[in-house]
Amino acid sequence: MQKLVRIESVAAVLPEANVDTDAIFPARFLLLTTRDGLGRHLFQDRRQNADFPLNDPAVRDAKILVAGENFGCGSSRENAVWALADYGIRVVVAPSFGEIFHTNCFRNSVLPITLDAENLATIQSAAASGATLAVDLAAQSITLPDGAKVAFDIEPNRREALLNGWDETALILHRDAADIAAFEARQRETLPWLYES
Amino acid sequence: MPGRTLYEKLWDAHVIREAGDGRSLIYVDRHLVQEVSSPQAFEELRREHRTVRRPDAHLAVADHAVPTRRRDQPIEDPQARAQVAMLIDNAAAYGIRMIPLRDDRQGIVHVIGPELGLTQPGITLVCGDSHTSTHGAFGALAFGIGASECHTVLATQCVIQGHSRTMQIRVDGALPRGCTVKDLTLAIIGRVGAAGGTGYAVEYAGSTISALSMEARMTLCNMSIELGARVGIVAPDDTTYAYLHGRPMAPRGAMWDRAVAYWRTLPSDADAVFDRTMTLDATTIVPQVTWGTSPQDVLPVDGTVPDPSHAADDATRRRWQKALDYMGLMPGTRLQDIEIDRVFIGSCTNGRIEDLRAAAAMLRGRSVAPGVAAMVVPGSGSVKRQAESEGLHTLFLNAGFEWREAGCSMCVAMNDDRLAPGQRCASTSNRNFEGRQGAGGRTHLMSPAMAAAAALAGRIVDVRQDSE
Repeated sequence: MQKLVRIESVAAVLPEANVDTDAIFPARFLLLTTRDGLGRHLFQDRRQNADFPLNDPAVRDAKILVAGENFGCGSSRENAVWALADYGIRVVVAPSFGEIFHTNCFRNSVLPITLDAENLATIQSAAASGATLAVDLAAQSITLPDGAKVAFDIEPNRREALLNGWDETALILHRDAADIAAFEARQRETLPWLYES
Repeated sequence: MPGRTLYEKLWDAHVIREAGDGRSLIYVDRHLVQEVSSPQAFEELRREHRTVRRPDAHLAVADHAVPTRRRDQPIEDPQARAQVAMLIDNAAAYGIRMIPLRDDRQGIVHVIGPELGLTQPGITLVCGDSHTSTHGAFGALAFGIGASECHTVLATQCVIQGHSRTMQIRVDGALPRGCTVKDLTLAIIGRVGAAGGTGYAVEYAGSTISALSMEARMTLCNMSIELGARVGIVAPDDTTYAYLHGRPMAPRGAMWDRAVAYWRTLPSDADAVFDRTMTLDATTIVPQVTWGTSPQDVLPVDGTVPDPSHAADDATRRRWQKALDYMGLMPGTRLQDIEIDRVFIGSCTNGRIEDLRAAAAMLRGRSVAPGVAAMVVPGSGSVKRQAESEGLHTLFLNAGFEWREAGCSMCVAMNDDRLAPGQRCASTSNRNFEGRQGAGGRTHLMSPAMAAAAALAGRIVDVRQDSE
């Protein structure tokens, strides 16, 4: 997985609640079987509207998206995160996230930052004014052009994994193989019907 | 030691180790594999030279992209054909059982898992699909995951998950005439909100829930994700065991007795403490219909479309206005004055035999209203055959409904079953998101009986007023 350490860019602002993964990545493109090049379908139906925030040329190169409550709710489609990442978005800042989307972000080197209303408002107004924001994962802060900093929380292990670009599957295979085998041996004794096929 | 909830018992029984950050490495007993969320997971296996740890723990079936017509022909859409072919090839390459498209048992993953007896109390079950919460109806810890987590499950039989907080939603009393579990489910979502369950595992309990059939419990647990909860569960009981007994993948003989003895230990202890509790009186439920673009935008059928100028705050006002604009509705419109173009009866929410019976019972020799296109898509081949053995297909066909083959169909609109822009649909599915049933399409969620009644009337109606 690609490392994520520091991201500096202007930010697009989409201040709507409950933006679902169907909106982020319409279902008909789920027929594509690769994970590359999906950015062209990001918000494809919403982008038909000229006023849609991501159509603003000023944020075409944004690596940061400032979103609303429950961003990424609904379908588990990881294609929503693949599309965001392929488009160039590496950080999503929101008051809350759909849970599966939130997990999918971490597995694709996209950092979901949860902020309370006050801090979110600060970031939102800075982003809306075209400011360049600097997200520093090691320092767990977002720096505004005037030097003001907004701190954010993140679980230490997830932070470590992003900073180092660790692959969770490889870690499990490397570290837990014996424990998994021991679990299966135990479960085969206690719940044997789960091993009849 | 205080008692434990059902969720905590399921969780504790599957933890391999703490993974830090309050997350744990969890063993996965069963994984359902479908064509849409699996290609990239298998691709990663190949790229990383990994194997499938335990092929017998997975079951593959195509449901999302498959056509619901002309099953004797090759799939017409080249992309869908390639995606289904990829599932067949991957299942064969890794020794995973696959139910072929032309097999009688084919159907939506969340319908066939229970039908086959693969879904059982006490297990962990995952699928790259958010409606995996359906299987919680059996007292299984079941949740949707992303495609790269599917890869992790294939390679390690495990997944790292955070422990959820627990919420009990307790429902007592009998559902009134004309009201079904779908109405109860929508009412719960309206009350909790689309994000109100985020971070929670919801356990549904109370006399109303105990009295529900397994099909109804599945409808309820299915839509837990629409209130943000990845997990929705019901304690296993005699209804659960009666449903499972004798199913092809359920334990048999002495093993069955041993399994039931274990399953009886699973329900939440009397002194278990939930992080949050909510109670509902089922006798107050009325038929529910969504008016907007989130399942939380739901109202009793005798209601009127809300007026944004009456919204409690600015954010809500903007959200309502945006939903009304998309839905093409004026504030104050009576729900029962809303005319519809299409009707969809099916999906992993309402594509089971009881749903089809409830819809068929509304027909009574009447016909679909002129100008309305209505279709029934059974949730599985087994549901379809059962319905045909009861003559339900004849009732639907005579009334002017189309009678299709099993699949996700117009719930997700990945095949050619989709709304045209601006078309309005009475749908028994689970999501009324913008474009969910086709770009520009407008969805009103409701129960199967309500959808059938809407098909006959050409507009949304109150099933309680549609009695002989």
